[in-house]
Amino acid sequence: MPIDIDIAHVAQLARIALGPDEEELYRSQLGVILDHAARVQAADTDGVPPTAHPLPMVNAFREDIVRPGLSHSDALHQAPDAHDGYFRVPPALDVE
Amino acid sequence: MTWEPVIGIEVHVELQTDSKMFCGCAVDFSAPPNTNVCPVCLGLPGALPVPNRRAIEWITKIGMALDCQISTRSQFHRKNYFYADQPKNYQISQFDVPVCHDGVLEVESEGVTASVRINRAHMEEDTGKSIHVGGDGRIHAATATLLDFNRAGVPLVEIVSEPDIRTPSQARVYAQTLRALVASLGVSDAKLEEGSIRFDANVSVRPAGSTELGTKVEIKNMNSFRSLEKAVDYEIRRQSEVLESGETLVQETRHWDEAAGVTHGMRTKEGSSDYRYFPEPDLLPLEVDEAWQREIRSSLPELPSARRSRYESLGLDRETAGVLVASDDAMVAWFEAALDHGADPKLSANWLTGEVVAYLRRESREAGDLPLTGSHLAELAAMVEDGKLSSTAAKDALQGVLAGEGRPAEVAAARDLLQISDASALEKAVDAAIEAEPDSFERLRSGEDKLMGFFVGQVMRASGGKADPKIVTAILRQRLTE
Amino acid sequence: MNLVDLTIADARRMLQQGETTAVELLEAVVDRASLTEADLHAYLTIDHDGAARAARQADERRAAGDDDPLLGIPVAVKDNMTTIGVPTTASSKVLDGYLPPYDATVVKRLKAAGAVIVGKTNLDEFAMGSSTENSAYGPTRNPYDSSRVPGGSSGGSAAAVAAGSALGSYGSDTGGSIRQPAAFCGLVGMKPTYGLVSRYGLIAFASSLDQIGPFGRTVDDAALLLDAVSGHDPRDATSYSGETPKVADADGGAGGLRVGVVRELSSQGIDDSVADAFSRTVDRLSDAGANVVEVSVPAADLALSAYYLIAPAECSANLARFDGVRYGLRVEGDTVESMMSATRSDGFGPEVTRRVLLGTYALSAGYYDAFYGQAQRVRTMIIREFESAYGRADVLVSPTTPTTAFEFGAKTADPLSMYMSDVCTIPSNLAGHPSASVPIGVDEQGLPIGFQIMAPALEERLLFRVMRAVEAVAEPVPRPTFAEVAT
Repeated sequence: MPIDIDIAHVAQLARIALGPDEEELYRSQLGVILDHAARVQAADTDGVPPTAHPLPMVNAFREDIVRPGLSHSDALHQAPDAHDGYFRVPPALDVE
Repeated sequence: MTWEPVIGIEVHVELQTDSKMFCGCAVDFSAPPNTNVCPVCLGLPGALPVPNRRAIEWITKIGMALDCQISTRSQFHRKNYFYADQPKNYQISQFDVPVCHDGVLEVESEGVTASVRINRAHMEEDTGKSIHVGGDGRIHAATATLLDFNRAGVPLVEIVSEPDIRTPSQARVYAQTLRALVASLGVSDAKLEEGSIRFDANVSVRPAGSTELGTKVEIKNMNSFRSLEKAVDYEIRRQSEVLESGETLVQETRHWDEAAGVTHGMRTKEGSSDYRYFPEPDLLPLEVDEAWQREIRSSLPELPSARRSRYESLGLDRETAGVLVASDDAMVAWFEAALDHGADPKLSANWLTGEVVAYLRRESREAGDLPLTGSHLAELAAMVEDGKLSSTAAKDALQGVLAGEGRPAEVAAARDLLQISDASALEKAVDAAIEAEPDSFERLRSGEDKLMGFFVGQVMRASGGKADPKIVTAILRQRLTE
Repeated sequence: MNLVDLTIADARRMLQQGETTAVELLEAVVDRASLTEADLHAYLTIDHDGAARAARQADERRAAGDDDPLLGIPVAVKDNMTTIGVPTTASSKVLDGYLPPYDATVVKRLKAAGAVIVGKTNLDEFAMGSSTENSAYGPTRNPYDSSRVPGGSSGGSAAAVAAGSALGSYGSDTGGSIRQPAAFCGLVGMKPTYGLVSRYGLIAFASSLDQIGPFGRTVDDAALLLDAVSGHDPRDATSYSGETPKVADADGGAGGLRVGVVRELSSQGIDDSVADAFSRTVDRLSDAGANVVEVSVPAADLALSAYYLIAPAECSANLARFDGVRYGLRVEGDTVESMMSATRSDGFGPEVTRRVLLGTYALSAGYYDAFYGQAQRVRTMIIREFESAYGRADVLVSPTTPTTAFEFGAKTADPLSMYMSDVCTIPSNLAGHPSASVPIGVDEQGLPIGFQIMAPALEERLLFRVMRAVEAVAEPVPRPTFAEVAT
């Protein structure tokens, strides 16, 4: 199956900046791997349900109890940029 | 051409559990920034989510209150999109199998009752908060964004209606009815102004009679029921005008500008339409089996629809009962407390939906801040029934109670509102009136009955309106027989 | 005998008899590290202060009567498990210098058991790789031949134990990342049933496949190491909440066992030296009383392909959090979006970038069903076929790897050929079953060969019984040798 990958779009979705050479490299490498994956697509899986979890367990919960989290200084300790108790980042291009 | 609006509403409700959805951090919106955070809700490497059992019970309650089907088995998915206030850059949400689906909410507006179908109610987690700073407060000119993750991971229930709403007023009432429903369950304080309940509307228009859906526009940023109604109304007119002029609409998200009374197109999030949902591998399937469902159902409080019927059976008219049920939680709490203290239901309801609501609006105060209690209402009603206060004086006394002047009896005394029911005082007043108009009294005695009102009026005027007219009438009748 | 060549079981006996101390054991492995690290680079961080403190405390605890199996034993932990205040990088530039504010559950349990955590070992970046060549901090070398890879992704954990710079260690296994380096470094390496060991604090690669497990020089050591960390953890919702199978005393020999040789994993593409050693071991198991049968798991042929859709898809989401906002590397940009893209572009190496892109693509609109959805259905087929195979055999066996340790650069240019080195180990991850590699000898170049044993979910006791039976019949694997540094 020939696979036409819009690598620039994929890189945008993944938030990874790629140069033109890198785009070409990854496009071709992904193509090879996905060609191999075509074997999976060819498998006859009619009526076979997907497995998301290897063990058939359900319902792991915690009770609604407050537990101490991180101290304010631990929370911000590793921040590349913090200001006034907040994490600080450059302005958003996309604003909600 | 006549355009028919087609409206659907998405509601986000923050559950007021003690702890967050997937970690033990407190749900507390008043805390300083980044003080209710931990490895899980900050998305630190290696941290894993564990769901809050109570949140699952509460969304099930919401679903039951909306007559939804409850999925015996449902699943969390990851919804992938990058946004700085989203710690993991995916949101744990639900996709193809939500906890609740296929419900209905009855909405009564402008004399028409409509059934709005509920597509689903699913469980997810809230994001952190972004504060855009610099650039004179205009977000598009901001110079930086500050991030607070206290809200990140707060349990959020998204309730999605089918596009069954047809008018702006219906949209508003749907939102109000839903808010009252959620508040009645005790799972959220559901305050629009604090963002603990948030409404987005999907609006499209189509030629009247058509069954196809037009291009859908999502509108956001409505922070009151009135602005929801206005925004939907504006959007319907805007879309109709665009189509009338022969142009086409684009599917987009628009922002309601309350001050200008218009919606603005928002800059689109690049690539955001591809959320790459897949089953959350860190979480097991949810199984709310029938036994658990029964347990949750048995803990449901009285729902607004049932409450409204009960209030009507107490003698309230349908509209007053509806207004009361849909109003602020404090109103319902006052009313219930007044009933507990034996107050007359109609008097109490009328005061609450009339004087109290007007007072709150006039004084711009929060219901929770008023000194009013149920026992005040009961006391006031009893004073009216006992003839100690006229209905006008009772409203005057209520104003005093609301202003913090004390209990109704204290206010009535201080404001000199009590009816004079002391017979000897009233006898003097009656005699004085007879003495002043002896001719008229003779005419009354000889059968000119309409003069009774004249004398009662004279006594009332002389007493400054405080005389009990019933007692005055009785004394006059006695004088006639003497 | 040098203390660093002791098994954990022997070291424990010496500690119990007062013949050595935790402080001495730590000094010995740290001395060994100073001899070997310049060449091998098994460690990213040696926590000298923390380890010394832990060793002193272990000796105090022992003096007070404590005798926890790992008390005072120097162990190493893969650098994708968080450790309070000790750098945790997952071998990625994006986490350069990152200091976690919490311990992984496994680390917490090791500390509670009195184990001495020597340091954090090298790995392929975010555990993505089969050679430890993908570390942003340089590769680890194989203690048997430093021109060769130690395997991966847990190459540092394997090399440390083989070299004697730790007596035991922990790795994580998503597609073979414990068993393959165990095979390459002459060690016992074991991947538990999914959910048996908590993943809390394990920096996720592919959440539905990742499991932490031990490396030891003997099956006994691996058992002690596993028992110390297995068991339910309320912080990991996928953690198994039933009774934990403890394996320290799981024995019973090969007699009467039905051993199934998986045809699809034992014939095609397996080097002669590996295939020969494998069949000799199978014969010896038979001689020891095992009933050897051949079983077929046809879907195993699809496992590699399914894995390379599922694992990248999960990793594309798991690695989204590395965005320069809250911790780790930030490469500045004018907008938050450009900052994130630049940070991730600079912070991730090529293999990680490749898998994130692959996973993003496989999940994107229009492709989900054809790729991820279909891979999950194939996963179901594999589980069903394994279950059916376990009707005919108690355990399944195969070579752990098609080859012995390969040379640096041999497979780096062709990602698919690198992925192929996990072909035998991946099925157990997809099935969530426990699986182990036990050394069974060396090839003509003296490079170790591994024998893989797979068991049904939660049958760890059966697995360890067979591991001991294999160890008992295996050809010897000599310890690697190191020249003493001239002083």
